[in-house]
Amino acid sequence: MPLDLVINVTIAGVLTGMVYGLMALGLSVIFGVVRVVNFAHGEMMTIAMYAAVAMYSAWHVDPFLAAIPVAAAFFALGYLLQAGLINPFITRPEHSQFMLMVAVATIMVNGMLMAFGPDARNVQISYQLDSWEIGGILLDKPRIYAAAMALATSAALFAFFRYSLTGKAIRACADNNLGALVVGLNVRHLYALTFGLGSACVAVAGCMMILFLDVTPSLGPGYTLLAFIIVIVGGLGSMTGALLGGVLIGLSEALAGLFIQPSAKSMFGFALLILVLLFRPQGLLGRKP
Amino acid sequence: MNRRDFNKAAAAVGAAAAFSPLNVRAQAQKLKVGVLLPRSGFQGLIGQSCQKGADLAPGVIKQLLGVDIELMNADTETNIDTARTRAERLIQEGANVLVGPFDSGAASAIAQVAEQRGVPFVINIAAAPPITEQGYKFVFRNFPTAIDLTVNGLSLIGDLFRATNVAPRTAVFMHVNDTFGQAMNKGISATLPRLTQLPFRIVDTISYDPAAKDLTVEVSKAKAANADFLLLVCRLNDAIILRREMVKQRWFPMGVVSPGSPGMYEEQFSKALGPIANYCISNAPWYNPKTNMTKVVKAAFAKANPKEAFVFHGTNVVYTFESILVAADAFKRAKSTDPKALADAIRQTNITDRTVLGGPLKFNAKGQVEGNLSACTQNLNGEPRVVLPVDAAEAKPVFPVPDYKKA
Repeated sequence: MPLDLVINVTIAGVLTGMVYGLMALGLSVIFGVVRVVNFAHGEMMTIAMYAAVAMYSAWHVDPFLAAIPVAAAFFALGYLLQAGLINPFITRPEHSQFMLMVAVATIMVNGMLMAFGPDARNVQISYQLDSWEIGGILLDKPRIYAAAMALATSAALFAFFRYSLTGKAIRACADNNLGALVVGLNVRHLYALTFGLGSACVAVAGCMMILFLDVTPSLGPGYTLLAFIIVIVGGLGSMTGALLGGVLIGLSEALAGLFIQPSAKSMFGFALLILVLLFRPQGLLGRKP
Repeated sequence: MNRRDFNKAAAAVGAAAAFSPLNVRAQAQKLKVGVLLPRSGFQGLIGQSCQKGADLAPGVIKQLLGVDIELMNADTETNIDTARTRAERLIQEGANVLVGPFDSGAASAIAQVAEQRGVPFVINIAAAPPITEQGYKFVFRNFPTAIDLTVNGLSLIGDLFRATNVAPRTAVFMHVNDTFGQAMNKGISATLPRLTQLPFRIVDTISYDPAAKDLTVEVSKAKAANADFLLLVCRLNDAIILRREMVKQRWFPMGVVSPGSPGMYEEQFSKALGPIANYCISNAPWYNPKTNMTKVVKAAFAKANPKEAFVFHGTNVVYTFESILVAADAFKRAKSTDPKALADAIRQTNITDRTVLGGPLKFNAKGQVEGNLSACTQNLNGEPRVVLPVDAAEAKPVFPVPDYKKA
């Protein structure tokens, strides 16, 4: 097998995995703090993709620029969703939370079908089909841009949680909810902020995904499942774990497709999941409960 | 009214209804046609395209045959289990005949239901050969099998090379791994060695998931095969992703040729890809633009869909229309909605004025139509145009494609 083929496929797998990681990061952040599993995660990303398409169609806004207002809008949407709908369910049994989020996801899919119809939509930007060639190695421009954006967003999120007072307060909520309440933190507000940040992350991921993926309303559930696989492999609640999980899933799919059978490549993501659940149930970078 | 009076009245009404001449199946005035199509899911666009053919059928058939048809539409959601349950439900709700479903997997599932319940099922589009090899009595297919499609498609590839004086030596074969794709793969593997007039051999075969969101690896492997042209059995969404990926990876073979699959002649393909959709070739079952029946259907389509171009829906529309026409024609001759009488009448079908390329519409003993032909179409200026056979051609074939790298 030619070496440049292996290198090309490996690079494509890593780049795609980084965007997967960004998508899963939002899910991991929300679960790590709020302890609610967002079953509408893929659907939220799909809405962000439609938002990017709408902005491009109306004003020819590049999805990279569109990511800023879309992320801001999703932050607000996430905040309101948590403050208005999910906070009352925080103390309820997990199956109630599960049903709530599944209902939200179903409403989102059907809402998108009503608003946009089942047709696939995309953006046709000038650099969409461009690539750089370096000594036989092809670097897909949109994927490179998207991976860079994924890294930048992740870095900003890490910095926020590590250095800002609000970020530290959120981490305190995640580490010791009761302690956070005792010292007077407004936990419900911090939960809503966290859900808003997770939603903003998924919005950025959606704006990047539209560069190499057509959007349809039915796209969401598959990506919700993928995000779950990634965060379980990386470690539920671990931000670096989400990124690592994304890269591992992207890479394993690419290499399995190359060396074994392309049509069976998604199977290898699940195989990785089973291995992690068997030998390191808390995930690669997760903490033991 | 007390309980006894009520029971007597109910019994009287029931008896009257049961023995009323209006309720006897043999004297039904209307044919209820259950239409099963994937109007959502990843085949949603093609399902909706087929639905346009179903929607115009009652009006056209009333005008042509004087038969009243009531459509009972059901969405299979591109899901085989859903197709099966929707078929069951349509039969429970009184469908006299089932039509659909643009998918071999769904067609196999519906065929089992139709056979168990004894309700005629006329397949519009589905190519897997086993569907009409099971000895079913109520299943009919007005569409070529994968083997017929393959033979027609490969023969047209030979015609294409002769018409353009080109003789590619190698091809890389990529196909979807669903029921249809597997059937086409088997058909091509079995047929190609026998077609000795074709100058090329397949150097690599790559199957892929039709619902895949990313085909980077598949295209990388195909490119590495370094073949002269790409032989492609695809669906719509995957064809779009694949074509885009080819350009991204700077893979410029002599052309992309489908030996008999949907996807590249669809409107969404040209809409999503713009100029890079041009020159892709599909050897697919096609409509005959010169028959009277096609003109009638085309006029009805234009009236119902003034903003849509018939060329992008042609195959889906005419095959769906013809499957309902088969049912209506049988109903007219049988003068009954009795399933067995309808099935017997369908078996005797002989429709000569057709919308699709091919001979008269007749079913063989297995319920399979014979003699449906394909056309070689090439996307030119954003629209599929017939380039072969010569007597139906609207333009000349272009192969290898010009300015391919600039596309």
